Amino acid sequence: MNPYIANTSSEVDEMLSVVGAKSIDDLFRDLKPEHRPRSFDLPVGKSEQEVVDFIRDLGKKNASDLKLFIGAGYYDHYIPTAVDALASRGEFFTAYTPYQPECSQGTLQALYQFQSCLCTLTGMEVANASLYDGGTALYEAAMMAIRITGRNRIIMDGGVSPIYRKMLRSYTSNLHIEFAETPVVHGQADRRQIADLLNDQTAAVILQNPNFFGAIDDHSDIIETAHQKGILVIESVYPISLGILKTPGEMGVDIVTGEGQSLGLPLNFGGPYLGFMATRKEFIRKMPGRIVGQTVDAEGRRSFVNTLQAREQHIRREKATSNICTNVSLCALRAVIFMSLLGKEGLKQLAQLNLDKAEFTRQTLEKIKGITVKRSSPTFNEFAVCLPCDASKVVGEMVKKGFAAGFPLGRYYPGMENYMIVAVTEKRTKEDILNFAQALKEVCNSG
Amino acid sequence: MKLIFEESQPGRQGFQVPKSDVPISASVPAKYRRKVDAQWPEVSELEVVRHFTKLSQRNFSIDTQFYPLGSCTMKYNPRFTESLASLPTFANLHPILPQLPDGEQLVQGALQVIYEMEQLLCEMTGMDAYTMQPLAGAHGELTGVMMIAAYHQAKGNKKKYIIVPDSAHGTNPATAAIAGYETISIPSTPQGLMDLNQLKSKINGDVAGLMMTCPNTVGIFETEIDKIAQMIHDVDGLMYYDGANLNAVLGRCRPGDVGFDVMHINTHKTFTTPHGGGGPGAGPVGVRKNLIPYLPISRVVKKSDGAFGLDYNYPHSIGYVASFYGNFGILLRAYAYILMLGKEGLVQTTNHAVLNANYMMHRLKELYELPYDRVCMHECVLSASRQAARGVHALDIAKYLIDQGIHPPTIYFPLTVKEALMIEPTETESKKAMDQFIDVMIQVDRLSQENPEMFSKCPQTMPISRPDEVRAARDLDTNYFLQNSKASASAKKSHLIQSLV
Repeated sequence: MNPYIANTSSEVDEMLSVVGAKSIDDLFRDLKPEHRPRSFDLPVGKSEQEVVDFIRDLGKKNASDLKLFIGAGYYDHYIPTAVDALASRGEFFTAYTPYQPECSQGTLQALYQFQSCLCTLTGMEVANASLYDGGTALYEAAMMAIRITGRNRIIMDGGVSPIYRKMLRSYTSNLHIEFAETPVVHGQADRRQIADLLNDQTAAVILQNPNFFGAIDDHSDIIETAHQKGILVIESVYPISLGILKTPGEMGVDIVTGEGQSLGLPLNFGGPYLGFMATRKEFIRKMPGRIVGQTVDAEGRRSFVNTLQAREQHIRREKATSNICTNVSLCALRAVIFMSLLGKEGLKQLAQLNLDKAEFTRQTLEKIKGITVKRSSPTFNEFAVCLPCDASKVVGEMVKKGFAAGFPLGRYYPGMENYMIVAVTEKRTKEDILNFAQALKEVCNSG
Repeated sequence: MKLIFEESQPGRQGFQVPKSDVPISASVPAKYRRKVDAQWPEVSELEVVRHFTKLSQRNFSIDTQFYPLGSCTMKYNPRFTESLASLPTFANLHPILPQLPDGEQLVQGALQVIYEMEQLLCEMTGMDAYTMQPLAGAHGELTGVMMIAAYHQAKGNKKKYIIVPDSAHGTNPATAAIAGYETISIPSTPQGLMDLNQLKSKINGDVAGLMMTCPNTVGIFETEIDKIAQMIHDVDGLMYYDGANLNAVLGRCRPGDVGFDVMHINTHKTFTTPHGGGGPGAGPVGVRKNLIPYLPISRVVKKSDGAFGLDYNYPHSIGYVASFYGNFGILLRAYAYILMLGKEGLVQTTNHAVLNANYMMHRLKELYELPYDRVCMHECVLSASRQAARGVHALDIAKYLIDQGIHPPTIYFPLTVKEALMIEPTETESKKAMDQFIDVMIQVDRLSQENPEMFSKCPQTMPISRPDEVRAARDLDTNYFLQNSKASASAKKSHLIQSLV
């Protein structure tokens, strides 16, 4: 018997008699014969044990033990054990969306704290309670800028993740939105080209820091130019880098988005991840997604609620700021636990460790004959490497030696076939890095 | 309860970052550095564990309470699917790997899960192909409507409208609007079904499609579904099936067989992946043959040698709707659940979900107004209008139920029923749990006659009573640091920007 069904056969009979039905089939009388399935040929059920064995075996077909020097927006960071221990409490993961605040204060307070941690991380005034992932968050930010400005042109810097740029174009193909993209120059956003494209129809400029090539930047000047024309600036960020880097708030960014996977979420073959969005207080009513606010109850006790719900689809229907129904509460919970564990000092230490290991890797790779490392702009934990031959071939050979060596750029950037982007997190030891360099040397010199 | 920031003590740290093992101390130029530290709380690991454990105890959850929450399908989340989703062989897999040269070989297990899941869902729903990319139900809706738009664009059709019934979830009209369509709303008949005469009068050549939940949001199967599909197809419109209620018809009806062209599935409903306090979800989208060219890329394919791969070569594809292959960790849970239940188990879940809902409806209809007195599917909608006349509204009943340790039903939805109480017991609840709920509802009705004033004070047993939502929206406090004007970096304000708002 199906272990997830509690009714016994005598209870079924009892209930059928209350309902006045002869059989369970009788309850489906609204379905006419022509509604019946033409086929329903599914496998027979299995025991839990059989399914677990089967899926464990499937897992063995994945190369999950490669040493990862790949990032591209998704990073192999260590996850403190307490994150899993707390987030796997049934009271959190089997709870419903907190529409009934009195019996959802746990989730609501956690989300308020998540929003607060994100605001202080990005230097922004308000944040929402999360969005699906970094890519959809960027799309939502673009739509938000269009709503705020009443304009329909978006400028995207070529340093924004190519995956995100493709997503933006997909989402807006049925809408009257115009895109312009500017290529990076010396690894960074091209000020002159961006300035030339800004006009009175431009809603926003989209930037990324560090950009897809790993270069870090201070976008203050671009932002100032954009603001002079009433144009908003959206910046996609990598949370861990903000342990060191100038914040979007300090630069004057209007809408910040990002992928929060690095804040305590596994790589998970692409999801679930954690999109986030933060902005200025004056734009909060134009922001999509759930927002948790603090208030009091009749006795003056601290209380948390979903607030400004009049923006959302379940109230506003076709006039809503977005069609989003859910956020990713459980991922946001993991992130706020992670951020609480690290704390103010832990974040700085972690960011510094990533910076140091990446720099060590860079210096080590530079010593290899035929390999050059781009130094045109400073980087955080990811950087571009120029190889003596096709990077995708090198990456293929490196897999055989146990390394996911980097992201070959040729796939998205024609003409950069010899380049790859290498990421180094705190999980890579000095020994890993030296072995990686040795393997890379062998591969490059054998080709 | 204190905020974690109020527990913070300078110098404390809840996690030890490893010491550097590389002989380098790097730095970035000053102009790129932040000036003020992020004020993450400074607390010990034990303090973090206590804080979040206490927070968890301030939640209702399926593990601790009965949740007869209509339209949301709050059923038991089997533990083995959780443990499978955290297997390192899946959880540690980087999504870029299959995009490397010969990289598909590195992720055969994961690709097999996606591929086989697609096959299973096709057979279950009568669709011809699926994409696993959409990250939630509403995201699936958007993907589906984008494909509808691509279909019409390719045919040179100039379409303007998406039709939705007035009982639809709010996501349907919101999705249509965001995808660039205007919506036409069709009223329901007194029997709770879509009004076909109204539909006929509003259909025209500009209709791109119709979005429908079936059974609909009042829990009734749309008996004329085939006629509706015919009417829409006659103007070259497409039928979108909102899979929110698919759990009511597994093995009894397949959307693809009754005229739907495109649909999404909410894995947290039908396949009981956890709600997580509001996500993450997953919203696979299925299509009939006519829409296959427009599916998002990448698509998972099985090659002639039996290996699995990713194919990006679909020139008419709507493109990328997610960064990768969907919320894989969620899909894996759903896959494990489907494999375990198999054909018979899935049909049983539907059977018992429908039996339980009808049982609740029959037991409660003596005391509560039943707007549509007919057989229901997996959920039923009652109205608290009689109780409201005594001053006890659906919201009051909800708050009273919380004091009784029961999560309230969905209230005030669908909008077509006044004082709606939408009840979905699900197949995983026992008759005993349902009987206890029914007893409480009988008590509610009695108290509404004897002591209606009492309800306004509920709930009283929770950490808080009813919060002041007006104040929350008026005196916005969504960020501890802004409220305490501590460390929020001064956001430079452009006068021009301000004038736009």
